[in-house]
Amino acid sequence: MFHAKNYVLAESLEEAWQLNQKRTNKILGGMAWMKMSKQNYQSVIDLSALHLDQIEEQEDAFSIGCMVSLHTMETDSRLDTYFHGAIRESVRHIVGVQFRNCATVGGSIFGRFGFSDVLTCFMALDAQVELYKGGILPLRQFASMPYDNDILVRILLPKKGKLVSYQSMRNTATDFPVLAVAASFDPQDGWLICVGARPGKAAAVVCQEPHFSCPDDNQAEQLASFVQGQVSFGSNMRASAAYRSHLCKVLVKRAVKEIAAQSSEKRESL
Amino acid sequence: MTIKFWLNGKLIEDIISDDILLLDYVRTKGCYSVKRGCETANCGLCTVLVEDKPVLSCSTLAARVNGKHVTTLEGLQEEAEEFGAFLADQGAEQCGFCNPGFIMNVLAMVKELSDPTEEEIREYLAGNLCRCSGFVGQERAIQAYLSKKKKEVSA
Repeated sequence: MFHAKNYVLAESLEEAWQLNQKRTNKILGGMAWMKMSKQNYQSVIDLSALHLDQIEEQEDAFSIGCMVSLHTMETDSRLDTYFHGAIRESVRHIVGVQFRNCATVGGSIFGRFGFSDVLTCFMALDAQVELYKGGILPLRQFASMPYDNDILVRILLPKKGKLVSYQSMRNTATDFPVLAVAASFDPQDGWLICVGARPGKAAAVVCQEPHFSCPDDNQAEQLASFVQGQVSFGSNMRASAAYRSHLCKVLVKRAVKEIAAQSSEKRESL
Repeated sequence: MTIKFWLNGKLIEDIISDDILLLDYVRTKGCYSVKRGCETANCGLCTVLVEDKPVLSCSTLAARVNGKHVTTLEGLQEEAEEFGAFLADQGAEQCGFCNPGFIMNVLAMVKELSDPTEEEIREYLAGNLCRCSGFVGQERAIQAYLSKKKKEVSA
């Protein structure tokens, strides 16, 4: 567990940002990961009083405050309906409800952890992050940026009407994923397939072919092989690179088939 | 720093260390049902309710509950005893170390989910580890407890 001399409940983002410029200070997310460190901090900065624990539905996007807990996202019916249950699927395997009531989306995304289910899922949804000083930028860009002392204020999930599927494989329930795959499709942008827990942070593969959302088995296989070839994998205590590479193909295929099923369902309901 | 909050319905104002965990703090107030197990936020032994939501007190600073209502098993004696009897009936309590956290989460689940399926129950309680049993006795106890609750509502 870390130690801190002072706990500061920030009254404004500016106050939090000013404090966060000092290397010995740190912003608190949900603390689920941070508590595992043995760091000594001068001050830990809490954003809990800044009303950033809300999910707001806007005309063109969902705005998710950085202090929204993973369980709040999981149980939000608007997100569940709009994103075909993908967000719920991406977080429901993370430890337990008590943990997900603590862990925040801001902590998950700002950390840009390799094992992050949330990062993988949100990348496939074309999420954008709003940084206090850095402004709004695509999550895919943010994920590759070096860590700095800015503050992640909220995450924006654009309403593009994408079909989306989230798949993951774990060695045991509630553990980190061995591999995570989030796929999305829309007729304009084609397929966006993100592969996380490689074990590096999620990598995105954009693919225009096929142009439609209902590929047959052969086309799904080709798409999965293409993604498998585009992504690099590593080995760690959970799995080897070769196993992850094999899993990638399997999970991408499953995701593509789920999207095909969503597409057929959508057509039937019209 | 000074905090003011409600612990099991009782208003408490106290001076605390800025980085003390809620787990350690509530134990200083006599809430010994709240236990430290894994130290990796995985086992659920330290579950308490903050504003009726189950959270891990091992991963929550006591400073963060300022102005809030915290409930431990000591504050839910009646409900805990009732559900505990179902656990005992099914032989589901063995060493008993995980029981307080488990009971807290079951009671939170009953409040949050109106008629949970078996899968929903398993998913909700995935964050509570028991090293004695295979969870089957606990599942039977929960099903029996929920059936009784349903009968009470329909009566």
